[in-house]
Amino acid sequence: MIVKGEMAAVDQKSSPMTIIQPSKGWIRINFLEIWRYRELFYFLVWRDIKVRYKQSLIGAGWAILQPLLTMIVFTIFFGNWAGIPTDEIAKPVFYFAGILPWQLFQSGVSKAGASMVANRNLITKVYFPRLTVPIAPIIAGLVDFAIACLVLIALMIYYGIGPTSALWALPIFIIMALITAIGVGMWLAALNVTYRDIGYVIPFLLQLWFFLSPVVYSSSIVPDLFKPFYALNPMAGVVSGFRWAILGVGQPEAGTLIASFGISLILLVSGIFYFRRMERTFADVV
Amino acid sequence: MSEIAIRALNLGKQYRIGEYIDTYRTLRDALVYGASAPFKWLRRKGATRPASDTIWALRDVSFELERGQVLGVIGRNGAGKSTLLKLLSRVTEPTEGYAEIYGRVGSLLEVGTGFHPELTGRENIFLNGAILGMKRSEINSKFDEIVDFAEVPKFIDTPVKRYSSGMYLRLAFAVAAHLEPEILIVDEVLAVGDAEFQRKCLGKMSEVAHAGRTVLFVSHNMSAIARLTGHTIVLNEGRIVFSAPTPEAIDYYMTSDMSQAGEQRWDKAEMASDTTPFHPRALRVLDHQGRISNQVFSAKPFMVEFEYELDEDITGLRTGLYLSTSKGEPVFTTFDTDAREDFERYTTRSAGTHISRCKFPADLLNEGRFILGVNASAFRIQSFFTDEHALTFTVDGTGAPGSHWPEQRRGPLRPSLEWEIAESVR
Repeated sequence: MIVKGEMAAVDQKSSPMTIIQPSKGWIRINFLEIWRYRELFYFLVWRDIKVRYKQSLIGAGWAILQPLLTMIVFTIFFGNWAGIPTDEIAKPVFYFAGILPWQLFQSGVSKAGASMVANRNLITKVYFPRLTVPIAPIIAGLVDFAIACLVLIALMIYYGIGPTSALWALPIFIIMALITAIGVGMWLAALNVTYRDIGYVIPFLLQLWFFLSPVVYSSSIVPDLFKPFYALNPMAGVVSGFRWAILGVGQPEAGTLIASFGISLILLVSGIFYFRRMERTFADVV
Repeated sequence: MSEIAIRALNLGKQYRIGEYIDTYRTLRDALVYGASAPFKWLRRKGATRPASDTIWALRDVSFELERGQVLGVIGRNGAGKSTLLKLLSRVTEPTEGYAEIYGRVGSLLEVGTGFHPELTGRENIFLNGAILGMKRSEINSKFDEIVDFAEVPKFIDTPVKRYSSGMYLRLAFAVAAHLEPEILIVDEVLAVGDAEFQRKCLGKMSEVAHAGRTVLFVSHNMSAIARLTGHTIVLNEGRIVFSAPTPEAIDYYMTSDMSQAGEQRWDKAEMASDTTPFHPRALRVLDHQGRISNQVFSAKPFMVEFEYELDEDITGLRTGLYLSTSKGEPVFTTFDTDAREDFERYTTRSAGTHISRCKFPADLLNEGRFILGVNASAFRIQSFFTDEHALTFTVDGTGAPGSHWPEQRRGPLRPSLEWEIAESVR
C-alpha cells in the first residue's frame, strides 16, 4: 500500500491524503510513516514489558533467576563434569557472560516469531506499520537483559574480575545481537503468518543455533578448519565478542567479526523486505 | 462545491477460497506445491490461479463522500461491508481499484481492540488510544472525560480482567468514542452490550455524527442507520446495488429479496465482530411439510429454527426471534425460554451445537412479506448477537380465514378468532 506523506500535494486544511491501491512488487519501507507511529511502537514495547512482569509470580525475579539457574547447570554439567575449558575464567562468570547475549537473542527471536499471530486481533482490526509488531518484543527484552547485567556485575565483583579495556566494544555486540534478532524475527514472524508450523520449528531452530554458538564452550576450541564456516553464524561473533569485551579473553578476529556483522545485516535487510512483501496479505491470512 | 473526504473508484477485493476457513497453510503444503511446480512458485501468487478458486468479496465499488457527510452501509452478512471498511481503514489492501482519503482516519472495527486483560483500566486507555491513533497528549487531555463516560473511576487501577463484561465494554467504547479523527469508520460497535449501554453509545454516535465529522457507519441495526446517517449504500454480493438517501435505501433493502430461499447461514470468519463464545450457524424457515422454504401458508403451521454453537457453557442464554413486516414495523418478539418452566430448565446451555425451534401456529400471520431477526443474549448481562434482518419470507393467504373474499386484509396478523353472532333482542 502506498501512502503519500503527511504533506501530500492536494492539501485540504493540512489534512493528510492517503491513496489506497494495490501495491506492486517489492514494497519500499516508509520511514516517515514509521516515525509517525513511534508512539504506538513505544506503547507496544511498554505493554510487553508491563505484561511480562505483571503476569508472573515473582515478576522481575525471572530476569535474574533464569540466567542464574542456567549458569549453575552449565557450571556443574559442562564446566565441572564434562570439563570443557573456559579460557581460564571462573566458570560461573564465563557461562553467565555467554548466556546474557544469547538470551537477549533467543527470547527476542521466539517472541518476535510468535508476535504476528499473538497480535492478530490488532492486525485484523487496525492499521499501523506492521514492522513494529515483531520489533517491539525484541526491544522489550532489553529490560531483562539490563537486569541480568546487574547480576553479572555482582558475579564479577564476587570473583574479583575487573572490566577490561575492551569494554568500549560492548554496545557494538549488543546492537549486533539486536540486529540479528530483528532480522531472524522478521523472517519467522512473516513465515509464521502463512505457515503455522513455523511455531514448532522456532524452538528447535533456536536449540540447534544455541549449540552452534559459543555459549557453553569457548570459540577457541573450534578447529581452524571450521573457523570460516563458524564465522558465518553472527551469534558466534556476538557471544564471543561480548565475552571478550567484558572479560578480555578470546578476542575475535577482525575477519570473523566483519563476516558475522555482514551476515547479520543481510538477515536484517532480507528479513525486513520479506516481511514487507508479505505484509499486504497479513490481515487476510493471519 | 464541497470538499471530498473519500473518493473510491472501482475498489475490489479478491479472496482465495478457503482463506476464510483454512486460515493458514502448512509448510508441507508449500513444499509439495513448490516441488511440484517450481516455476509457478516463483511467479506472483494468484497470477496463475484459476478464477474458480477465488471469490470477490468486493467488486467495482465506487462512491464519493463529502466532508461532514454520514454514510450508512447496509447489506447482508458477507455482502462485503466489512471488507469495504477494512480497505478504507487500510487493514487490508484492495486487489484492484483506487481510493483517495483526505484526512486522518480513525476506525472502530471493534471496541476493545488491543485491550490486554492483565493491564489496568488506566494502562489500557493509553494503549488502546495509541492503537486507535491518538497521541499521548491527546489521551492525557481526555483521560478524565473517558473515565467518566465509562463510569469506572473506582476501578481505573484494577486489571481489566477483573472487570465485568459491561464495565469492559463501557471502557472500550469510551476510549473509541473520544477519538477525534477527521474521518471515522464504525463497524457494528452497537451490536454488543446491554440495552442501556447501547442507548448511550447511540447517543454518543449521533453526537459525533452531528458534529460535522465525516462518518462511515456499518450496521445491521436499521434504526441506528436511520437515526445517524443521511445517505446509505446497499451492498449485495460485493457490489453496490443501491445508493440513496437513507429512508429510501432502508426501504429498498428491507423489501428486496437478498436472502437465500428460507435459510440464512453465518460463516464464522465473515462475522463483523467476534461474538465468542456464541456463534450463530443458521436460521431457517421450515414450511408445514418440514422443507426449507421462504414461502409458508397462513393457514398451515410452520417452524423457524435457529442453529448456533457455543464454545463454552453459557448461563442465562436466551435466543429469540424478532418478527417485523417488510416495512420494518415490529410485529412481535419471542424468546425460547419465555415459558417459565423452560426458563428454569435451560438455565445453562452446554458447549456444543444447539437448535432452538419455534412453532408458529396456523392462522397467525396475514399474507405478505415478513422479516425475521434473531437475537442471542443473557438478559441484562450481555447481548452476544443480533441480526435484525436475518431472513425474509412470504406468507401465502390461501385457505386463511376469510379467504373466500378475495380482498386484502389490513394488518400483519390474520388470526382465526371465535365469533358469535346472536340476535339482539332489544
